[in-house]
Amino acid sequence: MGGALNINHLLFLGHGALWTIGLSAIALIGGGSFGFLVALGRVSPSRAVRLLAATYVQIIQGTPLLVIMFLSFFGLAALGLNISPLLAAGASMTIFVAAYLGEIWRGCIEAVPKQQWEAAEGLALSRSQRMIKVILPQAIRIATPPTVGFMVQIVKNTSLASVVGFVELTRSGQIINNSLFEPFIIYSIIALVYFSLCYPLSRLSRRLERTALHKKPALA
Amino acid sequence: MGLVLDFSVVLDRWQALLDGATLTLQLAFIAVVCGAAIGVFGAIGRRSGNALVERLWGAYVEAIRNTPLLVQIFLVYFGLSSLGLQFSAFTVAAVALTINVGAYTTEIMRAGFDSIHKGQIEAAEGLGLSKAQIYWHVIIWPGIERVYPALTSQFVLLMLASSVTSQISAEELTAVANYIQSETYRSFETYIVVALIYVALSFIMRFGFWLLGLALFPRRRRLGTPL
Repeated sequence: MGGALNINHLLFLGHGALWTIGLSAIALIGGGSFGFLVALGRVSPSRAVRLLAATYVQIIQGTPLLVIMFLSFFGLAALGLNISPLLAAGASMTIFVAAYLGEIWRGCIEAVPKQQWEAAEGLALSRSQRMIKVILPQAIRIATPPTVGFMVQIVKNTSLASVVGFVELTRSGQIINNSLFEPFIIYSIIALVYFSLCYPLSRLSRRLERTALHKKPALA
Repeated sequence: MGLVLDFSVVLDRWQALLDGATLTLQLAFIAVVCGAAIGVFGAIGRRSGNALVERLWGAYVEAIRNTPLLVQIFLVYFGLSSLGLQFSAFTVAAVALTINVGAYTTEIMRAGFDSIHKGQIEAAEGLGLSKAQIYWHVIIWPGIERVYPALTSQFVLLMLASSVTSQISAEELTAVANYIQSETYRSFETYIVVALIYVALSFIMRFGFWLLGLALFPRRRRLGTPL
């Protein structure tokens, strides 16, 4: 074994980093769409739907992502479904992200002032019109900073996809480490790459939060 | 193929599962206690007025909050051993989790301390309290009281995140699950059972923190609302 860290290793890490971004995008899109349904379910007029959505959130928020990963990779394979690491990781991230984003967005929907709901009702808008034309446009404005903040969590949590053999940044680091055995250097580089992906998002989220604080909503 | 779930082989190993769950709670307990201590000092440092101290704590918080726990665990694990220090996986796991939760706690507690109204501190100064007394009675406890719910959720998240330490073979619940599924080939059942144990643990933890909150913050208990 041995050899030094060279440009090929770095290219391999870069490739892994691209998959980290790709998996984050899958998680954001998949988890976002599903999470939107969860959020709507949480404020549904139907008691059964509310209960179902709340149960989903409670169970997923009470389970580690790592266990969800194992469950969808080994578990579904044991049930005879052949599942690729990408599918397992994407599905796990989607399930996981939906529970958290759903809960964040529920809070944002509920943060739209009560008068807005009442005014929409007073204008005889139907429930879907009220949601689409009145509540959601305002909720989206409230939801932007925490959603960007949660994207940091998404990027970081994709590192757990390494355990099901999905070759993203952390896994590609492990593979390189297996041949070089320079763990401290390699993991430091990986940490740095994660930091450079996440820190701008953290900053952006904080800035959005600050501007949102200063700018009072136009209609309140 | 026919889908036949067989939980008995998993449940037969309840002793191992119980040991794993105990270790998970032990890890969480150590990290929460040490992390809370780091958080108090960190939050005080973050608002100390000394630029260097504020910068250093800020760098620590940002470094931890913007990198994955898994990578942090590997760094602590291999970092300590490259310094020639050999520790058990449990110790490394506890150290890594403490460092991790310390950063989040620092940030949450800082928000709590910042929320204390200036007039309160001036009033305390007017009453002739010493700096330490002001911090203890006026800033730290009321500050923690305000962010207690956020702290609680962070600590529950930490307990769940401790599953990641199975990757350096700390023998906590997820590691036990990996072992059981490799022995029984019943991976679906194993991880279902373990997921439910985690859900139960997080409920237990939340209930425990709720009770602790009642004991720690009698004012809140009397008023029924946070301040």
